[in-house]
Amino acid sequence: MKVVVTSTGYDLDAPPTEVFGRCPRFLFVDTDSGDVTAVENPGASADRGAGVQAAQVVVDGGAEAVLTGRVGPRAMEVLERAGVRVHELGGADPRTAIEKLRHGESPP
Amino acid sequence: MIVAVASGKGGTGKTTVAVSLALAARGEGPVRLLDSDAEAPNAALFLRPGIEDRRDAVVLVPEVDPDLCDGCGQCAEACQYHAIAAVGGPPIVFPGLCHGCGSCVFVCPQDALHERPEIIGRLRAGRAGGIEFGEARLDVGRALATPVIRQLLEWRLGAVSADALTVIDAPPGTACATMEAVRRADVVLLVTEPTPYGLHDLELSVAVVRDALGLPVRIVVNRADQGDDGVDRYCAREDLPVLLRIPFDRRIAAALAEGTPLVTAFPEYEDRFRVLLDGLAAEVAA
Repeated sequence: MKVVVTSTGYDLDAPPTEVFGRCPRFLFVDTDSGDVTAVENPGASADRGAGVQAAQVVVDGGAEAVLTGRVGPRAMEVLERAGVRVHELGGADPRTAIEKLRHGESPP
Repeated sequence: MIVAVASGKGGTGKTTVAVSLALAARGEGPVRLLDSDAEAPNAALFLRPGIEDRRDAVVLVPEVDPDLCDGCGQCAEACQYHAIAAVGGPPIVFPGLCHGCGSCVFVCPQDALHERPEIIGRLRAGRAGGIEFGEARLDVGRALATPVIRQLLEWRLGAVSADALTVIDAPPGTACATMEAVRRADVVLLVTEPTPYGLHDLELSVAVVRDALGLPVRIVVNRADQGDDGVDRYCAREDLPVLLRIPFDRRIAAALAEGTPLVTAFPEYEDRFRVLLDGLAAEVAA
């Protein structure tokens, strides 16, 4: 399963962001292999429509779930329609949240 | 002659100047004032026009026919404003982000998109004394002033003879909406104030209006006896004629606050604005 963490850095040690649409980058985490791929968020510097742009990257990347902070209404609509589950981390450790997802539990 | 009144900084006195120009020109041929400050149109507060005609301002936003759409996502890719998201199946359209450029409709291989007008603002036209009045007003919650301004000017600019004076009250700033409001003008009056803020934003305005759009620029300094001499030195260096200085005067502020136009409260300004206009007309004709 592919899970996205919205992140300030490049690996799971970096603090996750409190917002979705304007996060600096997405960490695509392969929950089976543990591989982490960082993808820059074009929405971070968008004039308008940041949320839609960000959500499109997550959907196109094939993520099944997002671990993030606040999600705007447009981004939420895109993620919901694409069947991507959205979980607010609320300060929880992303590794713990990913483990919960792996075991079919709902984080955080 | 079309005179646009603009400024980089807001609150410098654009509407005061625009309304004064229109009032001073009455009786010397047709006069028109088009309030293009679509996010804060307030010339009507001074002119109190009778409204005779109204129109909606629209953008054309795409609508998806789910029976024709095969979910290819080319529309979302083409959209530079991220107003369309491709999620497999028919795309999601966000009209609030759409600029109405039509790219999505153009690229759709299935002809599954068509455009429908979405109302984003209101246009009004009427008369105030001898002045023909027009106004662009962006709806609350909308972000696109430019098409509303364009639709006002396309609607009202054609309607009057070439010898008419048209005064366009432009929105503040240096972005698309301001450029749309001034780009048809024969000359642009930039209103500023002699402060570091006024100077900073005047320099930006000159870069856009004179340097990028190539339009003749003249300066009006408002609250002219305040601040410092930075604006004067800049105008001298850049060879920008200062055509009028309006001093800071509590009585002027009080009149404006009551909705009384400058030239009505202080008739001596009527001559000054008429002289200014005659000078502009001579330059434009030359």
